[in-house]
Amino acid sequence: MAEDVAIIGIGMHPFGRHENTGMEMGAYAARAAMKDAGCDWSDVNYAFGGSASAGNADSMVSTLGLTGLPFINVANGCATGGSALISAYNAINAGAADVCMAIGFDKHEKGAFAPDPASHGVGQWYGDTGLMLTTQFFGMKIQRYMHQFGISESTLAKVAVKNFHNGSLNENAWRRQPLTEEEVLNSLMLSNPLTQYMFCSPGEGAVALVLARGDIAKKFQTKPVYLRSAVLRSRPFGSFEVFNSWLSPDRGDSPSVGAAAAAFKMAGMGPSDMDIVQVQDTESGAEIMHMAECGFCEDGEQEDLIQSGATNLDGRLPINTDGGCLANGEPIGASGLRQVYESALQLRGDAGTHQVKKPIKTAFTHVYGAPGISACTVLSN
Amino acid sequence: MTTQIPVAEELFTWPSDSPQLIGTRFPESGVTTFPQSKSCPKSGSENGERVLLPRIGTLWSWTVQGFLPKSPPYAGKETAKTFKPYGVGYIQLGNEVIVESRLTTAEASELKIGMDMELVIIPYSTDDDGNELITYAFAPVKK
Repeated sequence: MAEDVAIIGIGMHPFGRHENTGMEMGAYAARAAMKDAGCDWSDVNYAFGGSASAGNADSMVSTLGLTGLPFINVANGCATGGSALISAYNAINAGAADVCMAIGFDKHEKGAFAPDPASHGVGQWYGDTGLMLTTQFFGMKIQRYMHQFGISESTLAKVAVKNFHNGSLNENAWRRQPLTEEEVLNSLMLSNPLTQYMFCSPGEGAVALVLARGDIAKKFQTKPVYLRSAVLRSRPFGSFEVFNSWLSPDRGDSPSVGAAAAAFKMAGMGPSDMDIVQVQDTESGAEIMHMAECGFCEDGEQEDLIQSGATNLDGRLPINTDGGCLANGEPIGASGLRQVYESALQLRGDAGTHQVKKPIKTAFTHVYGAPGISACTVLSN
Repeated sequence: MTTQIPVAEELFTWPSDSPQLIGTRFPESGVTTFPQSKSCPKSGSENGERVLLPRIGTLWSWTVQGFLPKSPPYAGKETAKTFKPYGVGYIQLGNEVIVESRLTTAEASELKIGMDMELVIIPYSTDDDGNELITYAFAPVKK
């Protein structure tokens, strides 16, 4: 068993649309996390961070202070924040640092991402002919899943209704307006069966976490939260991923399956031990499929779980308690760390208006993204 | 006279009365890729063979592109006003490979997972000289 690694400070710049640069939001989150931890920048002896579209994280040292610390830029798509966290976790476990920062921030243009085929290893023809849209992939993955496992459109909509409700209670969320099931179903059809309000939007925001060796955590923070595992996996053969012009008929698991299983194994806990769960909800279908991929139910059981409200804030297994990507938007670099921020807040009992009422002792987070990567963590008091 | 220009060389056989997609088959792993690939993503093998894929298959999943994609990378010349949604799907070609493709219909009521689909060639844009740019698509097999 690895040494304990504690999260001693959490800081967030609210998600949404803002005047300031991604880097400025990052520095704001970093200062907030250090204030929460009761530490100074000079106490931080290693940092990892990244953004997809808002610059190199390490240039933030000119704002926070030129202390000479090692600061490594991380670029790993949607798992950038998760990868920064894993790097920080490993640096502490390796004895390379006592106090470490993981930071993610971003600032994206409005509308769907417009990725470059060449940088994704895909032929130009694929983009030319209108196939290079992440939204199509999400539509087709959940379309087939609904066909195979009997998930209804009403259940798709209920995921969005729940997440916008949770977001309406969360002061750091972007979309704070609750929506009804009819409003979600009747919004613009973007990529069947997914409507506009079932999709999250690229957005802006920043999250920073200060981590420390478990045995010194209480010197800084009276309510440390422990990171029991942090795991990243890339895709195995046969997984269904974005920007694939072909699939093997010999179907395999998604990278989330391996990442979640490894995170639970490392933590010595299982899905049934988790009090709250944050999973990637790029769109409402993703939340449904990730529930099964991460081991929280069998394929198809989501229909009853969601219809019965089991994943609501007051349900048996609250999912995406801060409103998820749907209500917070997706600043790529910050998104995975937002889930850990929210988990820490809930574990400390500091989530205020969106605090889950039942006692929270354990939490699970999951990010997933292009080109088929997943990062998971298990946290506990 | 307008010329028809395929979006990429060696994506499908052209010109042809019955065009076929071109893939690579890796005998050691049994994996077939589309389009052609230098190495097998399962085994890492570089011993692939060029293979022509079946023209008929079944619909594995589908969606409809409901909004105008950003250009670049999209090379269509529609505007937000003239844009018409187009279907996109995965078509399973026997037990060999499942390929992604545009579909000739964007009507949800005409698309059902498991239905038979066949390969056709469609225009997707024009170039500055007025030539028609063409790509492959799958159409529901007419009963």
